[in-house]
Amino acid sequence: MIELQDATKRVGNVTHIKPTTLTLHTGHFNVLLGATGSGKTSLIKMMAGLDPMASGKVLMDGQDVTRLSTQKRQISLVHQFFVNYPHMSVFDNIASPLRVAGMAKSEIEGRVEEAADLLQLRPMLHRRPHELSGGQQQRTALARAIAKESRAVFLDEPLANLDYKLREELREQLPDLFAGRGAVVVYATSEPEEALLLGGHTALMEDGRVTQFGPTADIYRNPENIAAARVFSDPPINIGQVTVTGAQAQLAGGGGWAVSDLADGDYTVAVRPHRVTPYRTSDADVELTGRVIVTELSGSDSSAHFQHGDDAWVSLAVGVHPYQVGEDHSFYMNPAHCRYFAQDGKRVA
Amino acid sequence: MRTINQKAWFFVLPVLALVAFNALVPMMTVVNYSVQETFGNNQFFWEGLGWFEQILRSDRFQAALGRQFLFTAMILIIEVPLGIIVALSMPRKGFWVPVCLVLMALPMLIPWNVVGSMWNIFTLPKIGLLGYFLNDVLGINYDMTQQPLSAWITVIVMDVWHWTSLVVLLCYAGLVSIPDAYYQAAKIDGASPWSVFRYIQLPKMKTVLTIAILLRFMDSFNIYTEPFVLTGGGPGNSTTLLSIDLVKIALGQFDLGPAAAMSLIYFAITLLVSWVFYTLMTKDDAE
Repeated sequence: MIELQDATKRVGNVTHIKPTTLTLHTGHFNVLLGATGSGKTSLIKMMAGLDPMASGKVLMDGQDVTRLSTQKRQISLVHQFFVNYPHMSVFDNIASPLRVAGMAKSEIEGRVEEAADLLQLRPMLHRRPHELSGGQQQRTALARAIAKESRAVFLDEPLANLDYKLREELREQLPDLFAGRGAVVVYATSEPEEALLLGGHTALMEDGRVTQFGPTADIYRNPENIAAARVFSDPPINIGQVTVTGAQAQLAGGGGWAVSDLADGDYTVAVRPHRVTPYRTSDADVELTGRVIVTELSGSDSSAHFQHGDDAWVSLAVGVHPYQVGEDHSFYMNPAHCRYFAQDGKRVA
Repeated sequence: MRTINQKAWFFVLPVLALVAFNALVPMMTVVNYSVQETFGNNQFFWEGLGWFEQILRSDRFQAALGRQFLFTAMILIIEVPLGIIVALSMPRKGFWVPVCLVLMALPMLIPWNVVGSMWNIFTLPKIGLLGYFLNDVLGINYDMTQQPLSAWITVIVMDVWHWTSLVVLLCYAGLVSIPDAYYQAAKIDGASPWSVFRYIQLPKMKTVLTIAILLRFMDSFNIYTEPFVLTGGGPGNSTTLLSIDLVKIALGQFDLGPAAAMSLIYFAITLLVSWVFYTLMTKDDAE
């Protein structure tokens, strides 16, 4: 378990991490999800002890490690770049942290071979890193992290520099590799899809702060703010303006429905594209009409971008639907799937 | 079937012509002299490999070659580790980086014969700052115009002063190209500063260091101007390095045949050592 308590980081006058309180557990992946520059790497370096904190505390398994040096924190870090000792064999690379720790030779061999088997590196143990493919180099770095048996493993966009096929392969393996090892696994990524695929918990990061943290599925279903709602959505989530008067919501681009728990006022509404369909899904559906701008067919799904008032909305539906670009088309949406946000972006209902 | 297109040769021709004019043709004239005897008047007599045999057997050549290897070995032993140490202790970022770089580059910008004159005046026993300081203040008996040991020390110190910067700058370039991630990995492993040097910095510097050593070897092995201006090869023959001896034979005694043969032997040694060294250093990567 890693706990951050009001942790902040500053470089000069620039605040990189705003006060952050976060508790990360073992047993599942903890994904830090955010755009480049949102503070994922800064947060990892703080927890790893590579960068000093301006204020706050880091606790590992209840022990205050804020002042503890990196090597004493018993952690591993896998980078986006393939970092291995250039003139050591794969075996020596995996064994290096164990040797520094002064482990017995026979135990080192056992551990290295176990890690090598997990990552299919057995035939490459006596090669040098530069004789390996990118995927094998990164697997060597992962094997080093696994063999070390650390209290925390930080994976900082480890798949970013791999090609598509390898990335998928390794991503599937990752949760199994670290399962049952008792280490807190922290995985930084800028791709929402990875967070969904890896499961576990997700911390959404934006501009040096964690905006929402919880089980990834919960964040998907119940975003706490408009930014979180936008994250897990491809195509982008539909955003509109509603005015509520007397328990009746009126969408700016046309369409209205009854709402029960919203005070009168203006709200932002968000609804995912697959909840807007060209056919009725229930009796409660509201009809929305708009001019079709773009249509796309991907696999067995068809999507239509349509102009709804001032907003461009997207409908994503299973099956192939005949849309004519430029025509007015009717779409249906069940208001039960709408999420409402106040003007400051906070979720209200 | 694969057709072989010979047109590509046309692209190589200009370079070939250039190399022929600035290297091959002048060298062939040297080859021409090295196998003949001439007494002027454009009269030549076939000598075969006689000059080569004579040079290789001569005590004078062997002594000069010995001094040459000693000199090159000494300056490499000093300049390479010193260059690495200085490069390691230079700042990686901030205000002092450009200051250090300019200071480092300064000695290399000074013309070679100026360096020789500078050190000559600097070390003269009675009037030179260093010479006066050593003799009259510290009481050390130092005179590079009289004592072979003093002359040798001066020649080597001068070369170290002039050329360590080259090693420093090349190593520094190698060092700053190492991503932070490597240092972080070492920190996480708990590696000692020595391990960081041995397993990260040294391997990452290997390529530039190979080039640095190669350049320093070739330059120092062919060195002429600085020791010539400083000591003129003396006292006696004690600092007569190969190129100084060569010039004495060719221009002093006008023995063109032996001088040409010596040039070729000289060239062959430089080439051979460079090739062996380079092959050994890059063998690992090719495997």
